[in-house]
Amino acid sequence: MLTILFDGIAYGMLLFVLACGLAVTLGLMNFVNLAHGAFAMAGGYATVILVNNWGVPFFAALPLAFLVAALLGLVLERSLYVHVYRKSHLDQVLFTIGLVFMSVAAVDYVMGSSQVFVRLPPWLQGQFNVLGVGVGRYRLLIILVCGVLTVALQLVLSRTRFGSRLRAAVDDARVARGLGIRVDSVFAITFAVGSGLAGLGGALGTEIVGLDPTFPLKFMIYFLIVVTVGGTSSITGPFLASLLLGIGDVAGKYYVPTLGAFVIYTIMIAVLIVRPQGLFSRGGVR
Amino acid sequence: MSLPPARPDPGPARASRARWHPLEVLFWLAALACYFVLPSKHLILTEIAILALFALSLDLILGYAGIVSLGHAAFFGFGAYVAGLLAKHQLASEPLAALLLAGLAALLLGFLTSFLVLRGSDLTRIMVTLGVALVLREIANRYAWLTGGADGLQGVSIEPLLGLFRFDMFGRTAHAYTLAVLFVLFLLARRIAHSPFGLSLQAIKGNQLRATAVGIAVNARLISIYSIAAFYAGVAGALLTQTTAFASLDVFSFERSADLLLVLIIGGTGYLYGGLIGALIFKLMQDYLSALTPQYWPFWIGLVLVVIVLVGRDRFSHWTRPLHRLADRLDWRAGQARRATVSERH
Amino acid sequence: MVLALETIGLDKHFGGIVAANGIALKVEKGARHALIGPNGAGKTTLINLLTGLLQPTSGRILLGGRDITAVRPHRRVKLGLARTFQINQLFSDLTPFETVGLAVCERQGLGRNAWGVFGSRPELVAEVGQLLDRFGLGEVGDQRTGSLPYGKQRLLEIALAIASRPSVLLLDEPAAGVPEDERHAILAIVAALPTDVTVLLIEHDMDLVFKFATRISVLVNGALFVEGTPAQIARDVRVREVYLGETAHA
Repeated sequence: MLTILFDGIAYGMLLFVLACGLAVTLGLMNFVNLAHGAFAMAGGYATVILVNNWGVPFFAALPLAFLVAALLGLVLERSLYVHVYRKSHLDQVLFTIGLVFMSVAAVDYVMGSSQVFVRLPPWLQGQFNVLGVGVGRYRLLIILVCGVLTVALQLVLSRTRFGSRLRAAVDDARVARGLGIRVDSVFAITFAVGSGLAGLGGALGTEIVGLDPTFPLKFMIYFLIVVTVGGTSSITGPFLASLLLGIGDVAGKYYVPTLGAFVIYTIMIAVLIVRPQGLFSRGGVR
Repeated sequence: MSLPPARPDPGPARASRARWHPLEVLFWLAALACYFVLPSKHLILTEIAILALFALSLDLILGYAGIVSLGHAAFFGFGAYVAGLLAKHQLASEPLAALLLAGLAALLLGFLTSFLVLRGSDLTRIMVTLGVALVLREIANRYAWLTGGADGLQGVSIEPLLGLFRFDMFGRTAHAYTLAVLFVLFLLARRIAHSPFGLSLQAIKGNQLRATAVGIAVNARLISIYSIAAFYAGVAGALLTQTTAFASLDVFSFERSADLLLVLIIGGTGYLYGGLIGALIFKLMQDYLSALTPQYWPFWIGLVLVVIVLVGRDRFSHWTRPLHRLADRLDWRAGQARRATVSERH
Repeated sequence: MVLALETIGLDKHFGGIVAANGIALKVEKGARHALIGPNGAGKTTLINLLTGLLQPTSGRILLGGRDITAVRPHRRVKLGLARTFQINQLFSDLTPFETVGLAVCERQGLGRNAWGVFGSRPELVAEVGQLLDRFGLGEVGDQRTGSLPYGKQRLLEIALAIASRPSVLLLDEPAAGVPEDERHAILAIVAALPTDVTVLLIEHDMDLVFKFATRISVLVNGALFVEGTPAQIARDVRVREVYLGETAHA
């Protein structure tokens, strides 16, 4: 059972790293980015190419995956997304769905439609035995990396100037602009970092959840669930929500296989009925 | 004492919208003509009719009641599987009866899930409807002993329609059947749209707060139209199963719900013909693109979506302006600009 | 005598904020009752409580002697309680004819009719036409509401409430935002309301209040401060203090 818990935490933290960019984008710009998974996919495929084809060491590939996804995010944000900010939620949904379709088809064309795997360094494979509990090495790595990232994010948000500008802009963009905060730059940087984190998550997740061109579609709902349940007004909300979902999903699939996948969908629907603004958020969904 | 100002009485003018305009008659005559004039195209015309019915069902909730749904395929798929199972296990061998039952099943599902879309913002509705469709897909996937799972529902055979008309391999019966069902349901939708009920939906879409303050039981109306729309979608799904003798998981797919939104955007919402016209254009476009790039045509669909949104949906719909202006002159469009009549009175 | 509208100990708390404090409002049948008070006194909160948009923390609301505290907002309209909004709440894509016609349909219980054609019944058309004419909207009955000038929209706002044939009409600052030259139309309409309709009026415009009201209640910090005839209120030193601050002693 502890293994389940451990795996669930690993999965949850992975989900968090993947989804936190979406949470911030939604909370910050009130923008529904269903294409968020595409950036994760970009990071994942970048890592696969780097490690499998170009022999780059896994650990070096991870930050590169972040950069590739972040750069992609920055470019797309400045060129395309920025025109869609003021449009209705329906328009945003349609726009990002369009991007998803395009990215899925494009990756299918370039990389083929079968699932790809990353060649992990041997010392990351297998498990240790800690107090009789099987602790997967790779999953331990995920927990460590994601944990560090979460702490770093929280620190950036609460201790740095950028962080306070970001929080101000999330709270009220108009007032923030009035205070002289360059909200557009904050958006661009945040979007890029969020996409980069998604890319990193995609890279890390390849081994655990698999990677193929349909990744953005398959995982769209998971990201949305994290954001829905966790709310968008803090980092801790999505973090807790991701853990809840990760553990719930892994435990559900193990203990009740026929109903495993339903657990998270049902949680999401239940939460949305009871508290449309998310379990952990302060305010309402705009 | 001066004569009272001569102005056209708004009532009869408003009521006259419900009368059939020549263009509408033309539209349906053309649809009927296609049956006779294009005998090699029965299959694709059947697909278009099914998609049109599906789009019509979404228009009822999106264009008239303002409910944004990204999971309308839930009802489509549910109707499809119910019809398939009814046929496979010979529980309702006459197709029309099965059709009705499938529609009612979908209506029930719509009714049960309607409370999920009553509250919350557009975003919540998007996610909840998406969630429901995915849950259904997952259920269909899991209970493979019932649904055939990823392989789809096998062994479905459809009895002759009304005991007389066999579903032939050229698709003649299927085409006539689908077109007839579409037409009948369209007539029904048309009456709903022109009724006080239909008007109250537009009011709810426009200003829910005010609608309540006028005495409209908003939730009850939304539940009603959502259930009716589910019925329509379920019938469309059942038609698909009955005309192809097959049902697979992709009836629930996200792509189907997304394509449907695109159909309505192409054709326009809120005047009932948008779904029909959009379905025609979409299918033709899909046919053309899949012939070009069979595996990657979703790329082009995605591109179309991106471009439409960037250009602006209202600016995009300018190509349909002649149609809209026509509809305006009939005072026929729900929720669009009415003509100014002041200048005509002096 | 049965009061047209009455509240008993009406309280509303938002967390620590007391928006309504034991309000005991009594409005007589046929009265022209005005509710005044400084900004933030809780006037609109009271209206929202009366119409059911807000649920009271405690207390009761009686409409014509009938307890409506638990009645849903749309049902209260059917029971005879209608309101206008301080900021126009209209259906911008519908025409005035459709807007008012809809209210009439709902009143007659025909709102759920999904088969009949709207606008085909002559009685409905006649009634809507008369109402629109009365409010000076006859000429624009077929235009999109969103395209009408603000003054006309404001008139439609009131016409819409009247269309429900309420026994009690709550007017929330009917002249708010209306340009000077169009105010008289609004005031005339308000003055000409049928005498069997009880009117509760929220207003800041003291001219309107004193010209129109037969009884005035002053609301301060969510509680009824003082009540009386216009003459009494005009003389009351405490009312002046409340509006002008404590400097009245000087």
